[in-house]
Amino acid sequence: MRSPVISRARIATVLLFALLALVPVYSTLFSAPFYLTLFARVMIFALAAVSLDLVLGFGGLVSFGHAAYLGVGAYAVGILAYHGVDSVFVLWGAAILASALVALFIGAISLRTSGMYFIMITLAFAQMLFYLAVSLKAYGGDDGLPIAKRGTLGPFDLKSDVQLYYLILIALGLALYLGHRIVGSRFGRVLEGAKWNERRAVALGLAPYRYRLVAFVISGTVCGLAGALLATLTNFVSPSYMAWTRSGEIIVMVVLGGMATLTGPVIGAVVLLVLEEVLATLTIHWMLILGPILVLVVLFARRGLWGWIAGRHG
Amino acid sequence: MDPLLLLVQALNGLQLGVMLFLLAAGLTLVFGIMNLVNLAHGSLYMVGAYFMAAFQAWTGSFVLALLLAVPATLLVGVAVELIVLRRLYDRDHLDQVLGTFGLILFFNELVRVIWGPAALFVSMPQALSGTVVLLPGAPYPVYRLVIIGVGLAVAAFLSWLVTRTRTGMLIRAGASNPTMVAALGVDIRLLFTLVFGLGAALAGLAGAMAAPLLSVEAAMGDGVLILTFVVIVIGGIGSIRGAFVAAVLVGIVDTVGRAFLPILLREIFNRQVANAAGPALASMLIYVLMAAILVFRPRGLFGAKG
Amino acid sequence: MAELLAVSGVTKRFGGIAASDGVDLTVASGECHALIGPNGAGKTTLISQVSGELKPDAGRIVFLGRDITREPAPKRSRAGLARSFQVTCLIPSFTALENATLAIQAKQGHSFSFWRDARNDARLIGPAMAALSRVGLDARAGVPVGALAHGEQRALEIALALALEPRLLLLDEPMAGMGPADASRMIALLESLKGSVAMLLVEHDMDAVFRLADRISVLVYGKVIASGSPDQVRADAEVRRAYLGEAA
Repeated sequence: MRSPVISRARIATVLLFALLALVPVYSTLFSAPFYLTLFARVMIFALAAVSLDLVLGFGGLVSFGHAAYLGVGAYAVGILAYHGVDSVFVLWGAAILASALVALFIGAISLRTSGMYFIMITLAFAQMLFYLAVSLKAYGGDDGLPIAKRGTLGPFDLKSDVQLYYLILIALGLALYLGHRIVGSRFGRVLEGAKWNERRAVALGLAPYRYRLVAFVISGTVCGLAGALLATLTNFVSPSYMAWTRSGEIIVMVVLGGMATLTGPVIGAVVLLVLEEVLATLTIHWMLILGPILVLVVLFARRGLWGWIAGRHG
Repeated sequence: MDPLLLLVQALNGLQLGVMLFLLAAGLTLVFGIMNLVNLAHGSLYMVGAYFMAAFQAWTGSFVLALLLAVPATLLVGVAVELIVLRRLYDRDHLDQVLGTFGLILFFNELVRVIWGPAALFVSMPQALSGTVVLLPGAPYPVYRLVIIGVGLAVAAFLSWLVTRTRTGMLIRAGASNPTMVAALGVDIRLLFTLVFGLGAALAGLAGAMAAPLLSVEAAMGDGVLILTFVVIVIGGIGSIRGAFVAAVLVGIVDTVGRAFLPILLREIFNRQVANAAGPALASMLIYVLMAAILVFRPRGLFGAKG
Repeated sequence: MAELLAVSGVTKRFGGIAASDGVDLTVASGECHALIGPNGAGKTTLISQVSGELKPDAGRIVFLGRDITREPAPKRSRAGLARSFQVTCLIPSFTALENATLAIQAKQGHSFSFWRDARNDARLIGPAMAALSRVGLDARAGVPVGALAHGEQRALEIALALALEPRLLLLDEPMAGMGPADASRMIALLESLKGSVAMLLVEHDMDAVFRLADRISVLVYGKVIASGSPDQVRADAEVRRAYLGEAA
């Protein structure tokens, strides 16, 4: 069934990206660089959330360790930069490759389990990488590792915050487009079919393991790119990128925005991170408010924000 | 390797193990029976420790504070169950993870609001603060032995409760077939609340007893929560026996690993490599153990439930 | 008739109980072999071992001359063994067409194709619609499975199995829970398939069994106690005693 050409979902997506594209204009006009950094960070987490949605929303695989790929991507950039590599192409390429390999390894083992055990084994692997980063004394250990400078990528000079911002926006847009293609493809249909009824998929001759593993690797790779962007944006990498609460936050973004919608997690990231900022200006005890909000969202807004924005067939 | 040191570290591991068991028993029961992933279990541990600190400051007595902290944590647990968690029993694991993640944020901040951002300290009673000489040359803190004793007593009590009593029978039946138990006229919601309260009390007991050994601060439950999950996943979700075996295993592997892995590595690699890699490998050890166990037994050592 | 499936000495125990106890069974090419027996006789267990969901403790399963005893279920399905389930096993949030499309994808080989929109791919939609129309569901293609009537869901089960163009259909109580009208439609459908595809049919509806089967085996407590043509089985004293509950 084709949705109408101009659906609410499409309008909302265009509007969302238009607003994100205008942030640098606003921050320049009103000399508010804070907004530029905030929304660059928001989009990076949106990218991570979109990557998680592919496995969580469409594959039904609750990975509780996605912050690991964020960390692997970030550390790949940080460590290579520390050793004097300044080609952004090489740095980000290494981040993508490293996170893909790590996702392949973790996925190959974790996907042998299911349900609660899958949640916990993905968490365990993320914790291993967290402690590995803590122990890398040569690369800052607990304190993290600053990155001296940003390089250039093609026409983009990343020393400019605005150019980096637009590069992140493009990455997010591409990831969303790629995600939409994947979930509509034969591959995506198998992934989703196996989520709803694994027994049926197996009876049809579709062994879900391989499809899930490929989805897991794609997801980890995109999340690794988000990590590389985060390291570039903050000029810093730290084990805290891999804290288990970070993995929890990314799940929150996906569920808050709406699972299996791809655009929803972007909204989820925007709302969660902006809400954190707003609450933090009201009170230092903002988590006291955010916690119950999350509980209420779970109890009462089951389809996520995107379901509410895009209508029934969003 | 010094055998006396090994003995002391093994006892430390056992002490961590029984502590983890107190937490894991409640968590695994709640998961096994209500099918609920409760991330806020670590918060109850934290709440127990804070109650301990507050009641000790108020009464000036360790024992009195302990006797107040445990039921107080039980009440908090029951309140959380009645207000939020019972609405999550029928939801999928993801909703449960999310909702209880929200509870963690809430509780971590709540204790800061009530007791302030600075860490609190709990002193252990004079009578338990000394050491006993287990073997010549191996003095050991009495308090840690008491923790081990209490933990083993609780394990024995739970084993008796679950296998020998009518309540235990209902708990086991409720785990395998809640509809059937409800059809037999048992108030299943009350049973769930009681089981949750029991789990909360055990978590509170763990928090209260651990309080003199560490600083009482916000988010102190987060790290221990992850360890507890490792325990119940290794043991097999829903199995008290599995929780006990896995808790002791994790406690000993973690403690002994941290103590001896760097030494062991120093004999194989040069000092610099060993010093760098030792602590990292030691803190990764239990996660490696868990991953390895799940590769060969995807449902844990004693588990049947996914 | 060429032998398609040969089950020999298959044994499966759950605890102390033998659900399959040295079962020997063959299905010839194009044949409809019905498996009957009282509840708990081990019929579904046997089907599951042939389809690969369960692995036998002992014995051999040979399909198309190849030993598949240890092969995983998806591989058997790709080799030409398709099953329908006793309890409807469909993808609930997908439409009938989307369910059928997934079966066509499986038939057409691997699905590691990441770009082209599968929901508008004529190479998938065409054969999927054909599979639906074989069971009379083409008019209901766009309806989500959850909104289909029970009889329609059962028919869709068969459509999915047929979409795989199998050599052997494993049918586990295709008429389970059906009213008389739906049941007679299903019997007509299976009759129309006779000869073109071999079937191993588990069914309680004896009218259906005696109309469809070329051969009948009777399973009691995991053992085949009788096997033969419908007339032979009807006349077999042991069957009447053990299964039909008559004093012979």
